[in-house]
Amino acid sequence: MREAGVPGLGKDLIGLEGLAGETIRAILDTAEPFKEISERQIKKVPVLRGKTIVNLFFEPSTRTRISFEFAEKRLGADTVNISSSGSSVVKGETLVDTARNLEAMRIDMVVIRHGSSGAAKFLADRIPSNVINGGDGRHEHPTQALLDMLTLRDRLGRIDGLRVCIVGDIVHSRVARSNIFGLQAMGAEVAVCGPRSLIPLGIEALGVSVFPHIEDAIEWADALNVLRLQLERMDAGFVPSLREYNRVFGVSNARLARAPRETVVLHPGPMNRGVEIDSDVADGPQSVILPQVTNGVAVRMAVLYLLAGGRPELAEDAKRGSS
Amino acid sequence: MSERVWIHGGRVVDPSQGLDGPADLIIEDGRIADIGGGLEAPADAVSIDASGLVVAPGFIDLHVHFREPGGEHKETIASGAHAAVAGGFTTVWAMPNTDPPIDDPAAVGFVKAAGEAAGGARVMPIGAATIGQKGEQMTEIGELVAAGAVAVSDDGGPVANSGLMRRLLEYTQSFGIAVLQHSEDIQLALGAVMNEGPVATALGLRGMPNCAEAVMVARDAMLSELTGGHLHVCHVSARQSVEQLRLARDKGLRVTSEVTPHHLILTDELVRGYNTEAKVNPPLRTAADVEAVRQALVDGVIDVIATDHAPHHYEEKEREFDDAPFGINGLETAFGLSMKALVEPGHLTLSDLIDRMSCRPARIMGLASGSLRREAPADIVLLAPDESWTVEPTQFVSKSRNTPIAGWNLPGRIRRTLVAGATRFEREAGE
Repeated sequence: MREAGVPGLGKDLIGLEGLAGETIRAILDTAEPFKEISERQIKKVPVLRGKTIVNLFFEPSTRTRISFEFAEKRLGADTVNISSSGSSVVKGETLVDTARNLEAMRIDMVVIRHGSSGAAKFLADRIPSNVINGGDGRHEHPTQALLDMLTLRDRLGRIDGLRVCIVGDIVHSRVARSNIFGLQAMGAEVAVCGPRSLIPLGIEALGVSVFPHIEDAIEWADALNVLRLQLERMDAGFVPSLREYNRVFGVSNARLARAPRETVVLHPGPMNRGVEIDSDVADGPQSVILPQVTNGVAVRMAVLYLLAGGRPELAEDAKRGSS
Repeated sequence: MSERVWIHGGRVVDPSQGLDGPADLIIEDGRIADIGGGLEAPADAVSIDASGLVVAPGFIDLHVHFREPGGEHKETIASGAHAAVAGGFTTVWAMPNTDPPIDDPAAVGFVKAAGEAAGGARVMPIGAATIGQKGEQMTEIGELVAAGAVAVSDDGGPVANSGLMRRLLEYTQSFGIAVLQHSEDIQLALGAVMNEGPVATALGLRGMPNCAEAVMVARDAMLSELTGGHLHVCHVSARQSVEQLRLARDKGLRVTSEVTPHHLILTDELVRGYNTEAKVNPPLRTAADVEAVRQALVDGVIDVIATDHAPHHYEEKEREFDDAPFGINGLETAFGLSMKALVEPGHLTLSDLIDRMSCRPARIMGLASGSLRREAPADIVLLAPDESWTVEPTQFVSKSRNTPIAGWNLPGRIRRTLVAGATRFEREAGE
C-alpha cells in the first residue's frame, strides 16, 4: 500500500507547503481517535503490524525521535533507529547510498531528521518507501506544526480565523515555516515577531505580517508560538546577548497580562527558560506546552497510519484492531 | 603549415568589420589570407562548403574552469578544450582555481602545454592573483605572464582585502593585463547557497543578497579609478552591480565585465525542489536582475558573454543542496542559450551576439583573434542559427553533464569550428 488514504497526501510527508486545508484537517481528525491509545494500560494496537520503519536521525533529537518511536511502537510497527554517530554516515557514506541501502533491506517507511534543507525530499525522490520529514535544516518540520495545530484546536476549538504569532528566530526555523504554511491553509492569520536580524527579508511574500515589538504581537494574537533561541545565534552576531533578548522579546507574565484576551502560549521545545520564555509563563495556565508533547504522539500515529494507506474514517475501527 | 582552406558559399558575419553578407574566405598558414565575394578556390585548397551557414569569428570565452590538475574526474584540459570547440569557442581562458592553484610559472606552463597538446580550442592560462589563492600575498605576476598567463584572478573566491586589490590593480599595469574579480563580499554571503529572497525563504536555504556582489563591484571600480588598473568583473548577476558598472562606464574607467548565458535567462525559481543543477555562484537571481543584466549587455554596460563553465561530476551534484558544489557546465550550451535569451526575443541581432561572444572579448583583452580580417588567426565558427536542438547532457563532449537546462530546445547549432585554419570540430546537420 503506497497510496495514502487522504486526498492531497502523497507517498510522503515532506512539508505542509502546498497541502490543502482539507488534507491537514483530515490528518488532525485522524489523530483524535489515536489520542486515546496512549491513555490505555496496554498502549498498543496492530495497525502497522509487520511494517518496518527506520528512524534516520542525522541530527541530535530527543523529543521528536522518541515521539515518533512511541507512535510507531504503539501502532505495532517494527522500528530501527539510526543516528549519525555510530552509523556509516560518519564514515562518509552519501545520503543517496544510505537511501539505496535502506531500500535494499526492504523497509516500509523512513522518518528522517537532517541538518540540510531539502534532505527529506532528496530521500523521498530516490526511494519508494514512505518518507516522513522529521525536520530538514531550516525548511520544514511538518509533524511539529500539525501537533501545534491540533493543540490549538483542542484549546480554542478552531483554527480558522485565529491569529497566531510565531515569536523569535524565524530565519533559522523549520517549525516557523511549517506553521506558516499549515496555519494559513487552515484559515488562520499568521504573523511573526522578533529582532529583524532573525526574520528573513521578504517574509511578507509568504503572506505573514511582521511585528518588531513583542508587546504589539501580544496585543494582536490569540496564540503565541514561541521558538527556541539557539544559543549559537548569539556567537554568530544575530543578537547581542541572551539577557537583552529576554528583556526585549521574552514572553513574560507581565507582558501577557496586558493582552486583551487570554493568550495561548505554545513552545516546540526544548525551552530556554528565562530567555525566550519565562518560567512562570511556561508553567502557567496559558501554556499548552505539555499538551503539545502529548498530541505529538497522536499526530505522528495519524501520519504513519495515513501514509500506510489507512483511511481517516476507519481510524476508530483500526485502533480496535478490526482492520 | 602551408595548407590552404577555402570556405565558400556562406553568410559571413563579422561585426569587427561590420560585415554581414555572402562572402568567401581563404586561409593560408593558419591565418585569414583573403575575404570577399566570389573568391576562387586556390590550388590544392581544402574546400569547405558553407552554404546555408553563417561564417563567424570563433567565440572567445574569458572564463572557464578545466579542473586539471586536481579535479580530472570533472574535466581535463583536453576534454575542456574539445568541449570548447564543440560549443564554437576557439579561445578559452582557464581559471587558476585548480588543486593546486596555478600560482607559479611552472603551473602556467603546464596548462599552456596541455592546452596545445589537446588539439581543441586555444587554452590560455589565467594565473592566480595571490599565492595559493589565499588572498594574502601577490603571486610573481611578471613571471606568470612570461610563462604565458593572460590575466590574474582568484576566481572561485574574491580578492577580499581592499589594500591588496589596490596593489594588484597597480602592479598588473606593468604587464598590460587585467585583474579578473569574482565580486563577492564574503561576510554578506556567509554560508549562502542561493539568491536571497522569497524562494530561499520558502526553501529554508541560506541566501546571498544582491549587494554581496554589488558592494564589491563598487569598491573595485573605485580602486580602478584610483589606480588606473584594468578591472574585469566576472559573471555579473545583480541589477545593483549593473548600476555600479554604468557609473564606471560614465566615468570612463578601465572597467570591463562579463555575464553568463545562464544569468541572462534563468531565475532562482529553478532552485525550487532543491535542484542542485541550478546551484551556481553567483546565484541565479530574479526576473528583475535577468532583465537588468540583459539590458546592460545590450547597452554595452556589460561587455561580453562568458560561460563560467564549471563542470562537476554527477555524484557531486547528487547531494543535499547545502553540500552540492556550485557550477553549471556551460561551453556547449552557451551559443544556443544566448540565442534563446537574446536573439530569439529580439534583444540582439545574431551579429550583435557574435560581437559579444567573439569580437568584444578580443577587443577588451587585446587579442588578435575575434575577427576575420586579413592576417587575423583563422579561428572560425560555422553556425546554423536556425537549427534547433535539444540539450542532452549525455551527449556533451565535456566530461561532466551538470546543467539545469537538460531537455531544453535551443536555437542555433555549431556545425564546424576551425582553430588556425584546422577543423577541430565538425557536426552534421541534425546531429
